[in-house]
Amino acid sequence: MIDLTLKQALEKLNKKEISSVELTKAYLERIKKVEPKINAFVTVTEKEALKNAEHADKTRAAGSSLPLLGIPLSIKDNFSTKGIKTTASSKLLENYIPPYDATVVKKLNEAGMVMLGKTNMDAWAHGSSTETSDYGATRNPWNTDHLPGGSSGGAAASIAADLAIAAIGSETAGSIRQPASWCGVVGLKPTYGRVSRYGVVAMGSSLDSPGPITKNVEDSALLLQVLAGQDPHDATTSPSKVPDYLKNINNKINGLKIGVSDDYFEGVDGEVKAKIENAIKVLEKLGATVKRIKLFSPKYSIAVYTIIQRAEVSSNLARLDGIRYGHNRSYLGEEAKRRIMLGTYALSSGYYDQYYNKALKVRTIIIDDFKKAFHEVDVIIAPTSPTTALPIGASEGQAMFGELADLLVEPSSIAGLSGINVPAGFSKKGLPIGMDIIGPQFGEEIVLNVAHIYEQATEWHKQKPKI
Amino acid sequence: MSKLTPIIGLEVHVELKTKSKMFCSCSADYFGKEPNSYTCPVCLGLPGALPVPNRKAIEWCIKIAISLNCEINLFSKFDRKNYFYPDLAKGYQISQYDLPFGYDGFIELKNKKRIRIRRVHMEEDTGKLIHQEIKGEKISLIDFNRSGTPLVEIVTEPDFNTADEVKEYLQKLQLIVRYLDVSNADMERGEMRLEPNISLSHRTDLQLPISEKLLPKYKVEVKNINSFKFVEKAINFEIKRQEEILQTGINPAQETRGWDEIKQRTFSQRIKEEAHDYRYFPEPDIPPIIHKKEQISTLKSQVPELQAEKIIRFSLQYAIPEYNSEILTRDKKIADYFEETAKLGKKHEISAKKIANILINQKTDVAKILPVSLIKSIIASDQTAKIDDAELDRVVCEVFDANEKAVQEFKNGKEASQMFLLGQVLKKIGRKVDIVLVTNHIVKKLQK
Repeated sequence: MIDLTLKQALEKLNKKEISSVELTKAYLERIKKVEPKINAFVTVTEKEALKNAEHADKTRAAGSSLPLLGIPLSIKDNFSTKGIKTTASSKLLENYIPPYDATVVKKLNEAGMVMLGKTNMDAWAHGSSTETSDYGATRNPWNTDHLPGGSSGGAAASIAADLAIAAIGSETAGSIRQPASWCGVVGLKPTYGRVSRYGVVAMGSSLDSPGPITKNVEDSALLLQVLAGQDPHDATTSPSKVPDYLKNINNKINGLKIGVSDDYFEGVDGEVKAKIENAIKVLEKLGATVKRIKLFSPKYSIAVYTIIQRAEVSSNLARLDGIRYGHNRSYLGEEAKRRIMLGTYALSSGYYDQYYNKALKVRTIIIDDFKKAFHEVDVIIAPTSPTTALPIGASEGQAMFGELADLLVEPSSIAGLSGINVPAGFSKKGLPIGMDIIGPQFGEEIVLNVAHIYEQATEWHKQKPKI
Repeated sequence: MSKLTPIIGLEVHVELKTKSKMFCSCSADYFGKEPNSYTCPVCLGLPGALPVPNRKAIEWCIKIAISLNCEINLFSKFDRKNYFYPDLAKGYQISQYDLPFGYDGFIELKNKKRIRIRRVHMEEDTGKLIHQEIKGEKISLIDFNRSGTPLVEIVTEPDFNTADEVKEYLQKLQLIVRYLDVSNADMERGEMRLEPNISLSHRTDLQLPISEKLLPKYKVEVKNINSFKFVEKAINFEIKRQEEILQTGINPAQETRGWDEIKQRTFSQRIKEEAHDYRYFPEPDIPPIIHKKEQISTLKSQVPELQAEKIIRFSLQYAIPEYNSEILTRDKKIADYFEETAKLGKKHEISAKKIANILINQKTDVAKILPVSLIKSIIASDQTAKIDDAELDRVVCEVFDANEKAVQEFKNGKEASQMFLLGQVLKKIGRKVDIVLVTNHIVKKLQK
């Protein structure tokens, strides 16, 4: 039962072939069995999940057909959940129980979801390994000696190991796509402002984008449909209309123009490079044409991203001042402290123009660079990560680990673009390789369409780790 | 020692009376409410909560700026002002840095001197610390009810030279926000908070505007004063204190001071080594606030006639002295009442001047007496019976004769006797007559 996709599970639930209680129990049992090897969750909400599943079954029996009725999901631990501990994987918040739900959680609840628990992440979402969690590293289900990526590592691992039907993660720059890539699942980063940030423990406020991590592309579209839209509680959400994400997902990609920039293949692991080149060939066979484009080297984006994100972090974490929440700032980890120091420095008088202000200017140039590119092509394709999953311990003592792991996704995050990771093969060691399909702002429809067509033509997403 | 010139600037915080707070939908009417009962994730600054700006508050801030003759930034934004204080929920205050809603305005004083206004910007208020002793333990409590209520900060250039000028400016400013109906500006409730900065210059040839270079090398800021009287006293105290220090040949310290009303003196709170680094940066949670010219024109058209214009119009339209116009316009409610009553009075041939005098001298309670009632009572008191001089003189003589003792007492200085005699005369006449006329007659007769 646990290998059902979201869409399949909904069909079976609606046909009364299975109940939400059965489905939820199956996942809870799977969690009990596999979780000790993976550590994907900070909190498992077994009692609440069973109660909600029962309720969902009753509601369905009464004739309701909510879009996610009775579907067991995992939620990243930086989404505020009313009455349920929300730590952002930091010890500082180990006793914090929010009195309110994040808008995303509220929408999912209203759509009928059954939350299985809160997934592990890099503390405060600071990282790309999930190794910086104060609750222990999450392990990659494909090889538990390896990292799942991050910061939504618990979320991605929970899907790869079938610990939930689908997961909700968040990306600032790479935090959905990179762990999805390392764990061999589908991860969608929506356009900044497409999905509400209200109630998501803020990391880089001008970058944070919540999104789904799923077993396939269709499920991703289904979930985005529930999540997307303007939120009166988030002034940065867009008023633009939310399209029907499933409507055009099967469109043929004849004549689709794919942009490929050499800079995004530089320094990339040979195996990864080969698989992505193969994937592009698959798309060409399906009717797409490839256009070589010139984009700014991703290295500029790293500098811009590092400054902006650290500055915002230094300010966002100031509220944890030791007066409330039970713990003082000594409970912040090394990485959080490093980021606060760098961000504070970058905003200091006399340095502001040199760092933060300059970063904002370069950011505008990068946005324009992508805009120009999207006049010529429909989507841009690149490897999601320069490598496959690195071994446990790889991030230790590496202050810029995340930036290197996310080298290829940071530019599109800075520009607030839409993008999706789809599985595109495996390394010889059996670790997943992911392809990043980048679309313009509010280009979720085309991105999902291309990803879906590719997925239909390949078998990578059907592979399961042996665990 | 040559005379020193006081150079004074002023920062004023005005709390707006919007229904909800600046960035959330909590009620802003927190005064006197149970601590922390008017709060939500946003004004508590909980992780993940986001601010959504209050449109009404922004419009009101712009209206204040317009009324202070400011230029308006069509492209404006909010910024984060980062600093630590226990009453600051997020560890930063959402304020405005380089693009305030209004800039370059002025208020003109009676002596025609213009006090330039540097900026008018919007920000949020902080929570409130309450220091208490509970079970013998000294503790500090935080009440977040005030956290996130809208504040407008109005900053002047250092254009004042005396405490009197500051007081006049403050009265004008208070009246403007009250006329706009955007704040009660009640000092006791902390709805208007004053921060003068004072320094003294050796130069006597200073001309406004004073160039930055000619300003003294130090500045003393007196924080959080909540009374016009105290601000006057604090400024005068500072002028004297700084004068004495300067006379010994040294510069007073650059510092922040407070006003102690009991000791009638300012006291040092914090010595400023250098400017505080607030690490301002654009608030990423709120997109820039962009206005069209037409929107500002609409707001301009919604600004009511303010006191300065009203004084001129009243004097012309109702033929009353400017002095009286000024008194009548100190409260918009009284000004409106006057106009309504004058309009009614016209139908009964009661002059606006007479109504103005009655309102000023009798301090009519405009909240309780309707204009139409006031007109009626004026008409009633006008309808008095006629009495000729001969009859009046006869009655007065009779009363004086019958009350020789009282007359004598008056002549010995007992003024109350006059009232007694007036009463006796009126009683004897037995009709409703013009009291002023009778009183004048008695007074004349007594003085003979």
